[in-house]
Amino acid sequence: MAASSDALAEPLVLPEPEPPSRELTPGQWLRANLFSSPLNSVLTVVMGLAAAWLVYRFARWAFVTADWAVVRVNLRLFMVGRFPVDELWRLWVAGYLVVATLGLGLGVLTSAARRPVEPGDDLEPEAARSPARRAVGLLHRFWPAVLAVVVILGFTRTPLPTVGTLGLVAVGVAAHAAGSRLPARLQRWTVLVVIAGLVASLQVIVAGEGGVGWDEWGGLHLAVAATVAGIVLAFPLGLVLALGRRSSLPGVRVVTVAYIEAFRAVPLVTLLFLGRYMIGFMFPNTVEPPSFLVRAVIAITLFEAAYIAEIVRGGLQAVPRGQIEAAQAIGLSPVKVMRLVVLPQALRAVIPAMVGQFISLFKDTSLLAIVGFFEMLRVVDAVTQQDAFRGQGLRPIALAFVGLIYWAGCSTMSRESQRLERRLGVGER
Amino acid sequence: MATTATRSRPPLWRDVRALRVAFQVAVLVAVVALFSYLADNLRANDVEFDFAFLDQQAGFRIAYTDLLPSDTVRSAILTGLRNTLTVALLGIVLTLVLGTLVGIARLSGNWLLRRAAGVYVEVLRNIPPLLAIVFVNSAALATLSPIADATEVGGLLVMSVAEFGIVSVRGDGNGGQYVAVLVVGLVVALALARWRGRVEERTGTPARRWTWGGGAFLAIAVAGYVALSSPVVLSRPEVEGLSITGGARMGLPFVSVLVGLVLYTSSHVAEIVRGSILAVPKGQTEAAGAIGLSAGQRLRHVVLPQAFRIATPPIINQCLNLTKNTSLGVAVAFAELMGVTNTVIGNGHPAIPSIVVAMGLYLVLSLSISLVANIANHRLRLVER
Repeated sequence: MAASSDALAEPLVLPEPEPPSRELTPGQWLRANLFSSPLNSVLTVVMGLAAAWLVYRFARWAFVTADWAVVRVNLRLFMVGRFPVDELWRLWVAGYLVVATLGLGLGVLTSAARRPVEPGDDLEPEAARSPARRAVGLLHRFWPAVLAVVVILGFTRTPLPTVGTLGLVAVGVAAHAAGSRLPARLQRWTVLVVIAGLVASLQVIVAGEGGVGWDEWGGLHLAVAATVAGIVLAFPLGLVLALGRRSSLPGVRVVTVAYIEAFRAVPLVTLLFLGRYMIGFMFPNTVEPPSFLVRAVIAITLFEAAYIAEIVRGGLQAVPRGQIEAAQAIGLSPVKVMRLVVLPQALRAVIPAMVGQFISLFKDTSLLAIVGFFEMLRVVDAVTQQDAFRGQGLRPIALAFVGLIYWAGCSTMSRESQRLERRLGVGER
Repeated sequence: MATTATRSRPPLWRDVRALRVAFQVAVLVAVVALFSYLADNLRANDVEFDFAFLDQQAGFRIAYTDLLPSDTVRSAILTGLRNTLTVALLGIVLTLVLGTLVGIARLSGNWLLRRAAGVYVEVLRNIPPLLAIVFVNSAALATLSPIADATEVGGLLVMSVAEFGIVSVRGDGNGGQYVAVLVVGLVVALALARWRGRVEERTGTPARRWTWGGGAFLAIAVAGYVALSSPVVLSRPEVEGLSITGGARMGLPFVSVLVGLVLYTSSHVAEIVRGSILAVPKGQTEAAGAIGLSAGQRLRHVVLPQAFRIATPPIINQCLNLTKNTSLGVAVAFAELMGVTNTVIGNGHPAIPSIVVAMGLYLVLSLSISLVANIANHRLRLVER
């Protein structure tokens, strides 16, 4: 589709005159940005000294004073908790499966989001750039994640994780490229492929001889798994709730509004505690009660669904009324109006907000540490209690490492979501 | 023929009105059935919602409150609620101040200031609030000295691992009466400001309502202070033996929760402030410039009032988030609502009813904030013409 519209537009494109250069000389730049007035000059000097001092103190702490041995020795605990060493291959296989299918899915998504380049767009067509510039561009896009991965790999003691990670990146890039070139008739299966990939990776970890059930998961692996499970499970429920809230049936509306408002008004911690104590008793006593992690995921799902419902409602409200009226005018049934006209537009509009919700859930998985799971913050407690590291004030160091991981994950996703928002043009309507 | 088509109703399973009723009944029946199924299971598992434990003895103390172990669980939970409210209110005030400053700094013409504010926002809003709280707590534990050689900052602030003291004002005998005087002063000032505002609207010339209102309040405050012979005094924190006397005393858990949440939430508020100022259409500033307003007047009379309207709903949302996030205090043993509930459960009181009580209180808290927010929002709404 992009190609045909390009071909149509081509004869109309006139060579534009070059705009006059707006480059400033370094001197002009300094005057405009740092010393534009006496007050600004004083501010610059004071701020500059303070910033230099802070950067110096931080660098000295990070590279000289801080002893990172507590992280280096316990790196595996931070990453995967008490996952048995002999079964670690399962995580690698699962990781490759997830990266391959997610890469494919994201590739399809970006190709769907790609619009014809208009004059005045600063988004160059990526294919037109040289490989070196594309690599620099990717580094610039993903630098928080790259930084975190480099730091983590810097703590490893064997080359195997590094090789495995490079392989993951390669597979991800290849899958992304494949996804963005997928013919349209195959694209509709993407969601199924991604779900199948997630299910298969779960099976690889838990199934068979020596499989590791999710109650033994921990560290970063647990955080990521809980986030993905929470969003994937909460999305259908949130969608139903949003439709219910927008419904014209008062009975349905009352029930959904009560659910949404109640779950949004209480902190997640209280739900996690309540789930831990109560969900076991909500099943008939002939059934074995679900494990603690399942209870936590149920609590997270119920909580997230309320937030997702509000996001989807925003998307539904953004669909112009004329669209619905037009769909009704051509004789579509209410279900078809929803499925073929309203939802595709609404869901496209809420992608950035959904990424935001994913980020917020990723941050919220840290609360699993409070209700007793071996999440990264709990790992910090555990490793600073080890004989070699006890009572040396090492918690800030271990926490800084955990903070780097959370920060890298969240800021990469939020930068990507802002980029996606610009590309989808959501903010422009 | 046309009449028969309109008269005859479609069969029941294709009648939209009947289907609507049937669907709603089905949904309600399903919800009720689910609830009764879960309730039956709870009953079969001997879970009872018995709230008698609220009147039993709590059996523990809460630092910096006068709760006794012999007091009831009810009063312990209410004390926890008071701690939640204290940290939430203080946090909201500090967050708004800090967040606004950082948000404006992000738009500064000074490159260094802009970038520094950008780093502040990008670092803090991308870490979990729990991590912020725990990090502040552990960093304070690792760097601060014991109370014997506590760090003092100009007689205003005392910091030690055990507790913090900050300068405060304390009523001195006539303190209660002075508060009444201040309230009267506030009412008078507001009335005066309203009157001057109406004069301004009627005559169209500036009527200095802030000068009038502020001046009246200041005059009444000073007069009351003199008349009641210095009813309030400044109380400075001082280290005395193994504790701090004077000033307002706070434990490390309180400070950790407060500082952690303020740092985290202010980064979000800063983004909202920045976004709201940028969201005011450029034409507004240009139009204001065209009618001859100075840069300061443009900001005060044109940009900020509109930005304020845009910013209010998301900022209130952040205040709500901060209030709910106080429940993370449980991780650093701060005795807020959830922390106290956890202690109550640990002392052998029934878990499920305790958490239900806590959730109910959070529900009331959040919904009342939402209610106030909705009213404020409604009144601030721009009346479109």
